[in-house]
Amino acid sequence: MLSVRDLTVSLGPERAPVDIVAGVSFGLARGEILGLVGESGCGKSMTSLAVMGLLPQPGPRVRAGQVLLDGSDVTQLQPWQRVEAGHGRMAMIFQEPMTSLNPVRRIGDQITEAVQVHERLAGAAALARARELLELVRMPDPGMQLSAYPHQLSGGQRQRVMIAIALACRPQVLIADEPTTALDVTIQVQILGLLRELCNRLDMAILFITHDMGVIAQLADRVAVMYAGRIVETAPVGALFEAPRHPYTSGLMDCMPSRNSGARRLPTIAGQPPKPSRVAAGCVFAPRCASVREACRLATPPRAEVAQGHEVLCAFPLNGGGLP
Amino acid sequence: MWSYALKRAGTTAVTLLAASVIIFAFIHVVPGDPIYVLLGDTATPDQIDALRHQLGLDQPIILQYLNWAGHVLEGDLGRSIFFQAPVLSVIADGAETSVLLATMTMIWVAIIGVPIGMIAAVRHGTWLDQGLSGAAMLMASIPTFWVGLYLILIFAAWLGWFPSSGYPSVFEGGLGNLRYLILPSLALAAPNAALILRLTRASMLDVAREDYVRTARAKGIRPWQVVRRHILRNALLAVVSAFGFTFAALLSEAVVTETVFALPGIGRLVVQSILRRDYPVIQGVILVIVVVYLLINLVVDLSYRLLDPRVELQ
Repeated sequence: MLSVRDLTVSLGPERAPVDIVAGVSFGLARGEILGLVGESGCGKSMTSLAVMGLLPQPGPRVRAGQVLLDGSDVTQLQPWQRVEAGHGRMAMIFQEPMTSLNPVRRIGDQITEAVQVHERLAGAAALARARELLELVRMPDPGMQLSAYPHQLSGGQRQRVMIAIALACRPQVLIADEPTTALDVTIQVQILGLLRELCNRLDMAILFITHDMGVIAQLADRVAVMYAGRIVETAPVGALFEAPRHPYTSGLMDCMPSRNSGARRLPTIAGQPPKPSRVAAGCVFAPRCASVREACRLATPPRAEVAQGHEVLCAFPLNGGGLP
Repeated sequence: MWSYALKRAGTTAVTLLAASVIIFAFIHVVPGDPIYVLLGDTATPDQIDALRHQLGLDQPIILQYLNWAGHVLEGDLGRSIFFQAPVLSVIADGAETSVLLATMTMIWVAIIGVPIGMIAAVRHGTWLDQGLSGAAMLMASIPTFWVGLYLILIFAAWLGWFPSSGYPSVFEGGLGNLRYLILPSLALAAPNAALILRLTRASMLDVAREDYVRTARAKGIRPWQVVRRHILRNALLAVVSAFGFTFAALLSEAVVTETVFALPGIGRLVVQSILRRDYPVIQGVILVIVVVYLLINLVVDLSYRLLDPRVELQ
């Protein structure tokens, strides 16, 4: 339903562009949750903004590649242009529910505004639909909350409102950019549960962006691991956790506390991700890779399918039993 | 609400008390003597002592203050030494000009500064924005007396559209007399509109970077709707308080423009009264200006409450 092909997002002048997202490709099927995971600065937020058509202007731009929604190319269209072209059924929720709602407008206004754009409803009908959306996201006392202002709501409630706004377009695809990072752990669990439920009930696909492997394990069907603007490994969630094939993924897993309960110190991946402006030849992960070989520094690694639906961007993928 | 009003009244009273003491003390520290201004160089010492006693200026300063403050509380600001008339009526004469001039100026500022600032913000980074911002910079930098003189030259001397100076009261000559204030208000509006323009632009660009503006764009609403519904109101919060204080400043600080256009306003009244050492008028005017600032402050705070639901009055 959503297909992203060779998406490249660049900063800087036309002649010497710096690619902060370099040739990212993935697909999303109906009712599926794809987790996009990586360290901060790896380009996952830029990828999601580019897919949504919300890159800040002036600033980064999509230099190459395509975003296809139901087969239609929407790459260079902003959300309102997508609505006009009839491809508006994509929505996004963000990391900071505290700042993502307009502080001086009522919750009801902010939801009906989205309803009006997508449903051509007005007045009482739009308000009724807004209430319905609040019920859909399991907001306690939805009738009352319509006339509340954002500062009167808790973080979790605000994120529910954000989800309600997103659902106003009856999305085929929902992009969730770290929607639970700013929330308490208990609230986080509730919001994740809600997203899973909505995904099933509305047959909607979710692109879930996070840096938290634990959240991925809980929620996602498939995982794409990003490093330095590239997807280095894609796999069904079970396969990935069982046997990561890319050394970077394996390193990330080792950093999870639950997997190292006996260790006194958590292992880390030595070094820093490369700056997008200083990407050297060869594999981007080579400078930090524990199992690097000479060939890795010379040539860009091929994308290899190591199992059904399991791709890895590595010349020498770890074998199936790679875990210690 | 009531506790807020009470608290507010309390702080206002304290501010007024402090202001009145400072006003009184400063004026009497300034060298010079109204007696010499009134009687000239040829007065005899006896005449001087007699007048000094008549005006109560021979009493200790504390007593003079208490005497004055007591009368102020009764609504009596005293008599002008120079005009030989009640201070209140002297101020009222000047206030008519100043209030109308300031109001007219603020209208220009609102209809020029805010919309052009919006346009510059929406088109930011383009040649249009650079042109408008550059023009605003220029307007803010040119002294008002220069603008005033050129307005007189072009629109009064050459074209003859507007009178060049003076202001006969609208209560005597009808609303048509407002045309006397058009050129001075335009001269005063130039730098103030430029500042409001730049403030509107900067404030809108700040708000445009907020997360909730991104949320609005994500909903798929059109760009100008995003501006109207989500950027403008939030950006105007910063502009509202600037509006209040610009208005207050115009009431009392338009001395240069009032001089260029020979207008009988408050600003000129203060300066001339200081030169004449007309203590009661200086004290009265400054006290009135302090009250006006306090009132405008209150109006600004109340309008915040209307514009921003997060603001609680307490």
